[in-house]
Amino acid sequence: MTTKVYTEADQLRGDVHVRAPLVLGGLDFNGVTEKIAAVIEKPDKRWFAALAFSLALLSIYGVCIVIVVWEGIGVWGNRAPVYWGWPIVNFVFWIGIGHAGTLISAILFLFRQKWRTGINRSAEAMTLFAVVCALSFPTIHVGRIWLLYWFAPLPNQMDVWPNFRSPLLWDFFAVSVYGSVSALFWFTGCVPDFATMRDRADTQLKRIAYGAVALGWRGSNRHWHNYEVAYLILAGISTPLVLSVHSIVSFDFATSQLPGWHTTIFPPYFVAGAIFSGFGMVMTLLIPSRKIFDLEEIITIRHMENMCKIILLTGTMVGYAYGMEFFIAWYGQNPYESFAFVNRAFGPYAWAYWIMISCNVFIPQVFWIKKFRTTPWIMFIISIFVNIGMWFERFVIIVTSLTADFLPSSWGYFSPTIIDVGCFVGSFGLFGTLYCLFVRFVPQVSITEVKVVMEQADPHWEGYHLAEEGH
Amino acid sequence: MAVIFPRAANLLIPALLVVAPPGGIAAVAGAWYYFSPEFTDVGYAPDQPVPYSHKLHAGELGIDCRYCHNTVEQGHRAAVPPTSTCMNCHKVVKTDSPVLEPIRNAAENPDDPVEWTRVHLLPDYAYFDHSVHMAASVGCVSCHGRVDQMVTVHQEEPLSMGWCLKCHKNPEPNLRPAGAITEMAWTQADHPEFDATARAGEVTPPQHCSGCHR
Repeated sequence: MTTKVYTEADQLRGDVHVRAPLVLGGLDFNGVTEKIAAVIEKPDKRWFAALAFSLALLSIYGVCIVIVVWEGIGVWGNRAPVYWGWPIVNFVFWIGIGHAGTLISAILFLFRQKWRTGINRSAEAMTLFAVVCALSFPTIHVGRIWLLYWFAPLPNQMDVWPNFRSPLLWDFFAVSVYGSVSALFWFTGCVPDFATMRDRADTQLKRIAYGAVALGWRGSNRHWHNYEVAYLILAGISTPLVLSVHSIVSFDFATSQLPGWHTTIFPPYFVAGAIFSGFGMVMTLLIPSRKIFDLEEIITIRHMENMCKIILLTGTMVGYAYGMEFFIAWYGQNPYESFAFVNRAFGPYAWAYWIMISCNVFIPQVFWIKKFRTTPWIMFIISIFVNIGMWFERFVIIVTSLTADFLPSSWGYFSPTIIDVGCFVGSFGLFGTLYCLFVRFVPQVSITEVKVVMEQADPHWEGYHLAEEGH
Repeated sequence: MAVIFPRAANLLIPALLVVAPPGGIAAVAGAWYYFSPEFTDVGYAPDQPVPYSHKLHAGELGIDCRYCHNTVEQGHRAAVPPTSTCMNCHKVVKTDSPVLEPIRNAAENPDDPVEWTRVHLLPDYAYFDHSVHMAASVGCVSCHGRVDQMVTVHQEEPLSMGWCLKCHKNPEPNLRPAGAITEMAWTQADHPEFDATARAGEVTPPQHCSGCHR
């Protein structure tokens, strides 16, 4: 029995009676393993270029962090009345990015969306690295980073205890829980693949390194049983986090009384925006990645198209939220609230507002057209716009509300400093470096899970009883 | 397939699970106990250039605290007295004692004062005012201990933030009549006629951050 060779044309035919195949090019089980392991075993030259570039940006971040810690946070543009400037914008931006990974790995798993298997590993890794980038901003924003442990409820001689009524503390817990559960979930999924890499290793060092993280995995029936149960439980634990983490981040704003922040729509609106931005970032990473590492038969155009549809959906939801904010500002008849929104769209930051609206609401609408959802370079450009738009969303929310609140005498205009820019650009270096290291050492597609969604794994497959090729 | 790890490696994770929680608790408890001023600062008793005995002067001779620390009721600091305060008596008392040589020297040469070593030192970011505490009639002994029994002055209390807050939250046990502030032996138990609860109703110690961190 030979394996049928599927192509992109099979996927894009659009016949609703036939499930589009998820692995193309006639790959069998062994072919999948070889293809994914090759990324690690035969490093590409372009990978070194990407790592070098990321490290260069990371060193900018390092220098900026040293300056911030040494000189104090006055080196940023945070001045009265804007005490939450770019660092908080960047925090919310990065934490939002992470949400796509959790959605793909947990919610799509529970809904049995088979296409998640091609992208879940890299999306989850992206989640972890985005959480690291996000946490770096509040960490340096406290100014005296050696007192960071004050966040934790530890007994101390000052009798100081975290203020449990403060959303900033909820944030601390939400993000730490999110980071640790995501790490656990990601690692659990990696274990069988680490065992594969251990068994393929050609040096003792690799055997020990992959062997240690494979936790003694031998692929026995009991191992698989425990693995499946653990994975399901972790998916269940992760699922509420998709909704809760960014809801709590939105409380940082919504529980204050500032016009433009004090709105009940914030939690769902933030969650939709987070998923929107996260899928934007997944696309930005995967479109070049699948090309460079020759994974286009596993991370197929159909995976990409599905993500485009989610971007279209969530982008439109975000657009609805923008509209609803205006409606409520008018319907609520609160003059401060009305002013805040008119000022957003037509005041001194109108430029930022319309960048946000264009990138988040208008531009993704092109994904209604199938041609645009299936052409990688177009998707890549639009994903960049999504990233830009979502950064500006946070900028608009934070800066417009703070620069023009109740008291006109304290109004101001926010300008970032070079250190602000360095920290933001540098955080991409941190993200890029971590992601580069990930694709170099961890199978960036789940070898295990991709095989499960292939037709060869289906007992009803015509050649099931004849299959001879091992994996 | 070749064996990479010995069988005993299986014990690593259970061992970690057993060691990690008590280890974490021990680390927190250790930091809480050993890094707190109650452990690091209490009992600090530096040697002074002149072996001045509070036990002799304040205790046996009964000199009031305010005779030397005379700014305590008006200023934020309880001043260390100038040499001339010492010389008020020592012009005529123990005029040839060898241990008083630095005092006599400082009296004759104002450019060469006695360099006392400070015992009670609060951080610069904590605002503390002696006069306010005097006005609220908190006794010297509450913070400084029985100085009238100390030959060499040592730090009796931790002076940590939690310790300050304990009294700011409930000042009642440390209050006394305005006239008894410097009476080191005075206790509420010996003076049931003093209504500490009523006095506590009149003082309002701040508990907000900027009360002390201005």
